[in-house]
Amino acid sequence: MTTMEIAPPERAAKNPGLQTFLGRHASLMPTFAALAILILLFVGAQIYFGNFISARNISALLLDNAYLLILAVGMTFVIVTGGIDLSVGSVMAFTGILLAKMLGTGIPAVVAVPTILVGGAVIGLLIGVLVQYFNVQPFIASLAGLFLARGLAYVVSLSSIKVEDTSLLWLQSTRLKVGDWYITPTGIIALLVVVVGALVMQFTRFGRTIYAIGGSESSAHLMGLNVARTKVMVYVISGVCAGLAGLVLTAYTGAGYPRNGIGTELDAIAAVVIGGTLLTGGRGYVLGSMIGVFVYGSITTVISFMGAEQSWTRIIVGSLLLLFIVVQRAIVARSERRR
Amino acid sequence: MTRILKHRLFWPLIALAVLLAINAITQPRFMKITVRDGELYGALIDILRNSAPLMLVALGMTIVIATRGIDLSVGAIMAVSGAVGLTIIDSSGSPENLGTVAVAVVVAVLVALVLGVWNGFLVSVLKIQPIIATLVLMLAGRGVALLITGGFITTVNSGPFEFIASGYILGLPFAFLLAMAAVAAVGIFERRTALGVLTEAVGINPEASRLAGVRSRSIIWSAYVLSGTLAGVAGIIYASNIKAADANAAGLFIELNAILAVVLGGTSLMGGKFSIAGTVIGVFIIQTLESTILFLGVPSAQSPVFFAAVVVIVVLVQSPRVHRAGRHFTQAIRNRGSSPVPADSEVAA
Repeated sequence: MTTMEIAPPERAAKNPGLQTFLGRHASLMPTFAALAILILLFVGAQIYFGNFISARNISALLLDNAYLLILAVGMTFVIVTGGIDLSVGSVMAFTGILLAKMLGTGIPAVVAVPTILVGGAVIGLLIGVLVQYFNVQPFIASLAGLFLARGLAYVVSLSSIKVEDTSLLWLQSTRLKVGDWYITPTGIIALLVVVVGALVMQFTRFGRTIYAIGGSESSAHLMGLNVARTKVMVYVISGVCAGLAGLVLTAYTGAGYPRNGIGTELDAIAAVVIGGTLLTGGRGYVLGSMIGVFVYGSITTVISFMGAEQSWTRIIVGSLLLLFIVVQRAIVARSERRR
Repeated sequence: MTRILKHRLFWPLIALAVLLAINAITQPRFMKITVRDGELYGALIDILRNSAPLMLVALGMTIVIATRGIDLSVGAIMAVSGAVGLTIIDSSGSPENLGTVAVAVVVAVLVALVLGVWNGFLVSVLKIQPIIATLVLMLAGRGVALLITGGFITTVNSGPFEFIASGYILGLPFAFLLAMAAVAAVGIFERRTALGVLTEAVGINPEASRLAGVRSRSIIWSAYVLSGTLAGVAGIIYASNIKAADANAAGLFIELNAILAVVLGGTSLMGGKFSIAGTVIGVFIIQTLESTILFLGVPSAQSPVFFAAVVVIVVLVQSPRVHRAGRHFTQAIRNRGSSPVPADSEVAA
């Protein structure tokens, strides 16, 4: 393979400590780059608009992107194993409309919420079993999941269903305030998912197995790790996250709608990649995905501040995605050369 | 008999025949083709006509998948090409002029070609994974299309432009003939020259084919250019059909349907051997399935459930594990009929 002509990152010759740090943590580089872009975005927007960095604005960032954050955490698990899950947007729509429907017919939330989480898990399980036991490519298996969930969403209802249930609306309307800062229960759920996801990925046997599979599936197998169970589990986790995102989105919009989340799987994948997770698997961080989601969210906010058309969001996110892929490519090419 | 059974187009053809039979039995009107003013009408003709955009996109997708790639951006390219074409016609002031329409179509397809060049560059030169490389344009493309149309749905009234989707030549829909011409051209180019074999070589083992002297870079690149260009033509047909450029709805999910059509037609997503005839059958299966679902009175929004079932069945039929189970099963039946030898020992021997 021809190696690409990309200028090597500037060596901090004066600072050997930094250099060793970068050498040891090459896989952290894209995440740092994402963090740098996020800070640049904030500082730039603050200078340009004058009132961008406000408690209200940053609190709203978490509120508006809570569902995407939850999806991105689940997606990180799948992508680190080297897979992909296209179904999350549709599963979110399906579970959201199912929840609204069940609450509408008088089923209490304590029954309805676990039901939709199980619903998400079952679709994830289906994808995982197809991938692991029938050698179906993750792309195609999760495509089947996408079609299934989207169709089921319309089977539940063809039009939007308003939610009247007070306990569900409480998740959204409650604002725990500290000065001008606020956080809603939906935001707390999203942050909890991030914390649990990050801890599981870093410190459990299951989490380390995920990295091992992404690094090399056959090596992980030869090491005696439980590859089959882990690979099925990541899709189940992604499905449960999608179910949870359905709950959060339904609370956020106050209604279930079967057309929700068309293309959201792409936003989630983009956020994960921008956050520094390698699509070939083996490298990536849940916290990086959170940064990716915030980059995505702040681009949306900046564009609405500018009063420009939201179609620019997709163009800018697309270009950012490209930038990060090229950076990742360069990092991989470098580590290959070193080997 | 076994040769027929083993032929890779056997199962796709059976699936299509079963679908058509279900329709013919449940709805006698389905098979009827009437001639009006020398033009053919009927449900079957509608399927042929409506299949044109998917046919073009799936054709390009077949070649891309054969090189072990995938092109997710086709739907977005359709949206861009429709937006470019209609914006030119709309702003020209003479929408009925054949020249205007010709210029608009050519420019739109050229833009699509450039987008294909861009995808090919990312994949073949920068060596980015195809899924991700084309995801960039899939995300950004619709945004670009929305900018071109200014966020509105541009509509035009132009006779020559509408002809592309709804016109007839020699009694057959023009769009269908266009798609078939593309299929024939690509088929001849791939199969009557060495190009097809080289494409398969690149898909089966890129490294080995490079060492054997195959210029894999230009072959992969050209596959994406072809896919982009065909998607551009498909975008024109789509826009002509609805007489509008809808940047949000044009080509939505078509990449998924196209990939499904290619897989249904027996081309493996792992790259390598491809079958253009299989893709054509795959497209007809999808289009027939869609009209069957509509006819059964299922709201079209719910049709993805059926597609999911089809995808699962198809991938299971192709799966090695199911093949093994199937062999065990037939062995067991044969053994029960002839000899008391257990099935397992037979297989082991």
